[in-house]
This record gives sequence, structure tokens and C-alpha cells, in this order.
Amino acid sequence: MPIEYYLIVAAILFSIGVLGVLTRRNAIIVFLCIELMLNAVNLTLVAFSNHVQNLDGQVFVFFVMIVAAAEVAVGLALIVAIFRQKETVYVDEINLMKW
Amino acid sequence: MEKLIGLLIMIAVGVGLALVFWGLNRLLGPKSPNVVKDVPFETGRAPISASGRRMAVKFYMIAILFVLFDIEMIFLYPWAVVFRDIGAVALVSMMIFIAVLVLGLAYIWKRGALEWQ
Amino acid sequence: MNGFEFDWIAIAPFLILSVLGFAVVVLGISFPKMYRGTLGTIVLVGFAVAFLASLQSWDDARLAFGGMITADKFSSAFSCIFILGATLTIGLSINQVEEKYLLYSDYFALVVFATAGMTLMASGTNLLTLFLGLETLSIALYVLAGFRRSNEFALEASFKYFLLGAFASGFLLYGIALIYGITGSTDLTKISAYVSSEGILGSKMFFAGFLLLLVGFGFKISVFPFHLWAPDVYQGAPTPISAFMATGSKAAGFAALMRFMIAMQSTTQSGWQDIIWVIAAATMILGNVIALRQSNVKRMLAYSSIAHAGYILIGVLAGNTIGSSGIIFYLLTYTFMNIGAFGVISYLSTAEHEFITLSDFRGLASSRPFAAIAMAAFMFSLAGIPPLAGFMAKFYLFSAGVKAGYVWLVIIAVVTSMISLYYYLGLVVQMFMRDKEADVAATAPLQPAVMIAISIAMLAILILGIFPSRWVSLFQDLARSLM
Repeated sequence: MPIEYYLIVAAILFSIGVLGVLTRRNAIIVFLCIELMLNAVNLTLVAFSNHVQNLDGQVFVFFVMIVAAAEVAVGLALIVAIFRQKETVYVDEINLMKW
Repeated sequence: MEKLIGLLIMIAVGVGLALVFWGLNRLLGPKSPNVVKDVPFETGRAPISASGRRMAVKFYMIAILFVLFDIEMIFLYPWAVVFRDIGAVALVSMMIFIAVLVLGLAYIWKRGALEWQ
Repeated sequence: MNGFEFDWIAIAPFLILSVLGFAVVVLGISFPKMYRGTLGTIVLVGFAVAFLASLQSWDDARLAFGGMITADKFSSAFSCIFILGATLTIGLSINQVEEKYLLYSDYFALVVFATAGMTLMASGTNLLTLFLGLETLSIALYVLAGFRRSNEFALEASFKYFLLGAFASGFLLYGIALIYGITGSTDLTKISAYVSSEGILGSKMFFAGFLLLLVGFGFKISVFPFHLWAPDVYQGAPTPISAFMATGSKAAGFAALMRFMIAMQSTTQSGWQDIIWVIAAATMILGNVIALRQSNVKRMLAYSSIAHAGYILIGVLAGNTIGSSGIIFYLLTYTFMNIGAFGVISYLSTAEHEFITLSDFRGLASSRPFAAIAMAAFMFSLAGIPPLAGFMAKFYLFSAGVKAGYVWLVIIAVVTSMISLYYYLGLVVQMFMRDKEADVAATAPLQPAVMIAISIAMLAILILGIFPSRWVSLFQDLARSLM
């Protein structure tokens, strides 16, 4: 299959992620959308890695996955802490300070 | 497309077999409807509460720690592939890597993140 | 697989800081009752060792790990700036962490890990190492920003920082992926070779990747339009950490941006100058104008730090030797004056009352003369009044801008600097010319470590302001070695 197919799917996934981050209110969903963006990047990297015939891209994917896991750990811990304090995970209700 | 034909046959056989078994069962099996049979199977006993309730946060803690340690293991795969080519340096660096992970485990243990209560 | 070898010297600062961080974690869990001063001293000694190790690569440039790491004058100077900033941050925190926040060993360890991430950003010459350094830094800072767990501002700050930071990382990564796809490599030298033959606009996809990378870096250095997180996060984070973010994290962002921009330079018309021009102008105007309206000093400093990022962009845009050396000189002085300013806030705050509104500062000159004089010095320096270092730093950057032909941008910078005088001096007026309010909250007791840190920062801005030429010529050596 030509590489464009993969790139287009990845671009669509990335756009869905960006739109989700910008429009959804629930912090967990926003967070899922960020993960979607990262996975779109991974797909792009793997597709390009195959296209340019070297493994750098696939190695990069490993690091993206690790970093994403670390971010998940910190992010979910923060969401739990916020929920305990404010009883909400809606981003528009977490607004003591102006954006 | 030729490459995918095998996959398609595989899927067709899988779905077909399932349908055949299910259909044969409906045709040939004895029918004795009864209330207990409609209850979802849960270790053979009657369910004690509805599913889909909230889980305690402590489960989240264990889950996230599992994810963290689990995903670090993806580095072991490429390492194992090139291990023979690199030799001692690879061994030492992986030992350091594992040592850091063990340190992380010691840390969460000491901080009480693994306490069940 | 032949050239696979470890060059310990090239990553010595990063290694030392990582080991130090793990040592602090181990000490923290083995001796939970350890006196915070002891732990702080261990951290400071470790920083001193890392500082010496960073100096090592000044004369001895080397490429390591297949070009992923470059230890040269650039990484040496930046690592030193980061470690200085982190040292002052620890100095501000030593007396405070125990009473205000729990788990001070974690706090120290996170500061150390963040600093390690910064050194990696300064020495990385591959998009992979730059990304790893950036994330090491960011993840440590997400946690640090929310360290005052009982404070609802803190959690909100940490949460916003995290969401926007992760969002920006997504853009950064997509940019990296696109650039990798076009050039076939994440190595900056190879990307640079591509740019000099094809130009930055040679391929639309490459240009898109370039813009996406700018979004990621722009978030880290908080320039318009990616600055929205800064005021909230600085307000909610523990004050020493706000200082650390405003200086160290920003300097690290600029280090990575400079490495990247140097790779993007080509003989043909590059096409990115206009974008940076607009961002720089908007950042300076917006930061300074909104800072005028702030009554919370931490938020005011946050907007001021946004404006300063705009000034520094002039150096990036100029792209000449004076510009690059000007950026490093600016970041060095900025580290001292900004940590000093946040340090005074931290010095005056108690666990119950954060000393942050303008009215808190009323009549401070009579009640706490040391703090008032120090704060005034930092404000004058931030505003760019001679003979303090802030003036010389601005002078070098702006003259680099003029020399490179960006006269209008420099005019905007000068005008907005004048606007900034209003809010910087407004604070000084509150301290020296207004009487104390009757029911003002009690200020914190004297804290020697914080006083020392503030004094060092004051001394540094004086020395850098009066004798800048020695430092500038050092940094010009550095800049020449980059070109």
C-alpha cells in the first residue's frame, strides 16, 4: 500500500485528537484525546520508518510510548487529586484562576 | 490482495464454525428454559451486586503502576535482538536500566503505594 | 554496530545529576526523618560537582552516541546556567519545604531530575534526545507545580500545566515525525544538510513539521499565542518552583530552540523569520500590557517573563554571533534577577499567608528593609535600568537585532520596555513610598538560606551589570564556535 494511506489515517486521528482536546469538557476524555494524538504520531513514525528504510522512526516510537505512559501516570494521579478536592473532572469547572 | 486471501479464509472459517455450532445446538439440543440460566455466569453463584459500579481508587493505583512497569519492558525486545552484537556493554546497560526500575519499585513500596488498605 | 561506545564524559553533567536524583530518592526512603538541611546540602554538593563537570566540555568539544549528544561550549554554558538556577531554587526551598509541603526529599529529587532533563536538552543534537530532555523536565515540573497538594490553586495549576504541556508535546512529536519522514533522520546535522540543499520551504510537509515543532517549543518558552498557562501555573506553584520554571525551564526551551534554529539556517531565504518576527512582537506587547493590570505579584512576574521571552526571540531572529551570545548573557542575568524576585516573595511568605498582592508590599521598606531593597534591585534590573545587569542584557540583544536589520522590532521592544517600567516601578513605589496598612499579616521569620540565595542573586546582577564585557566575550567565543 502507498504510504499516503497511512499518513492520511494518522492525520485524521491526530485531528480528531486535537478537536477532542479543544471541545470536550471531561478531563479524562481530553486526556484520551491527547493519547490519540500521540498514537497518530506513532503511526506516522512507523509508516515513515518503512518508507525511508531505516529504523530510527520505530525506535522513536518506543520512546514516545514510554513518555506517554509516564504522562498517564502523572496525569491520572492529578485527575484523581482534583476529583478528591473539587468533586468534578469537568475542565470548565476547574477555573479558580482565569485561563 | 493475494496475501489477504488467507486471512479472509481464516475469518470465514472462524465465523462459519461458530455459526455451525450455535445452529446445531439450537436444532438438536434439548430445551428446558429456567430463570437461573438467564443470569450472567459469575463463578457459578448468583451475582451479589450489579456490575459497572465505581471501583476504589486503590485499584487505579495498582493498575497505573502496572502499566508503567509493563511498558518499560518494551525496551527489552530490541535489546534482546541486538544483544549478541553488542555484548557486555548491552548487558551492563540493561542491568543499570533494570536497577533504576527496581529503585522505582522500592520507592513506591516504601511510600506505601502498594498497601492494599 | 561498530561505533557503539559509551562516552561518559560527554554526558557527565546529565549522569551526575541523574545519580544525584536517585541518591536523594534512596536517602529519602531510607531515612525519612533526615534533616532537610542535610539533604539540601547533599544536593548542593552534587550540583557543584555537576557544575564542574559541565565546565569540562567548554574546551573539549565532543560528539557522542552517534551524534545524539554534543558536548561543546554551548551545552557547557547552558548546563552551568541551569545548575546555577537550580542551586538558587534549592536555596530558596531549603527552609521552606518542610513546613509548607510534605515529602521534601521528593521535592529535591524532582528538582534534580528536572535539571538533568535541562542538561540533556542543552546537549542534545538529535530530535530524540531533545524530546527526551524536554519530557524529563516537563514531567518533573508537572508534579512540582502541584506540590502544595492541600492548596486548590496548586492542583489547578498543575493540572492546566499538564494538559497544555501534553497537548503541546503532541504537536512537537507530530512535527518531529513529519521532519523525519522528509529527511529520513532525526539527527540535526542531517536535517541541517537537507535544509541547506532544499531550503525550509522545499517541501510543504517539512515546513508543516517545522511549524509544529515551533508550537512545541513556543509552549515551553511561553510565547504568544502559547503563553496562556504561564500566569496560572506560576501563581499556583510553590514560589521557588515558579522561579525555577520561569528561568531554568525557559532557558532550556531556548537552548533547544537555538540548536534547532541553527540547524534550520540556510543560505537561501529561509521563510521562518516573518513568523518569529510576529510572535516576538506580539509576545512583547501582550506580556507587558497585561502585566500592567495585575495586582498579584506572582502573576505580574509571569506576564513579565512572557515579555522577556519576546525580547530573547529578537536574538533568535538575529541569528548572528552577537544575537546568540546576547541570548545566553540574557538568560544568565534573567536567571539571577527572576529567581531573586520570586525569592523575595518566598522569603516573606508564611505557610498561612502568601505574600503576593501589591498591598502586601506596602511600606515594606520600613518593616523589612533587606527584602525591600533586594526586590527594588531585581525590579530595576528586570526593567532594564543601568547599571544593573538587565540593562546590559537588553542592550546586547537589541543591538544584535538592529545589526541584523530588525529595526522596527527593536523599536517595539524599546517601547514595550518603557511600558514595563510602569509596573516594575509601581511595586517599588508601594514598598518605599506608601505606608503599611494597619492589619497587614505577619511576615515570615528570617531564613538564612533564602537570604543567602537572594544576596547571591543581587551580587550577580551587580557584577554582570558593571563588568559585562568579560562574560560577553566568553559567550561570543561560544557563538562563533556554533556558526
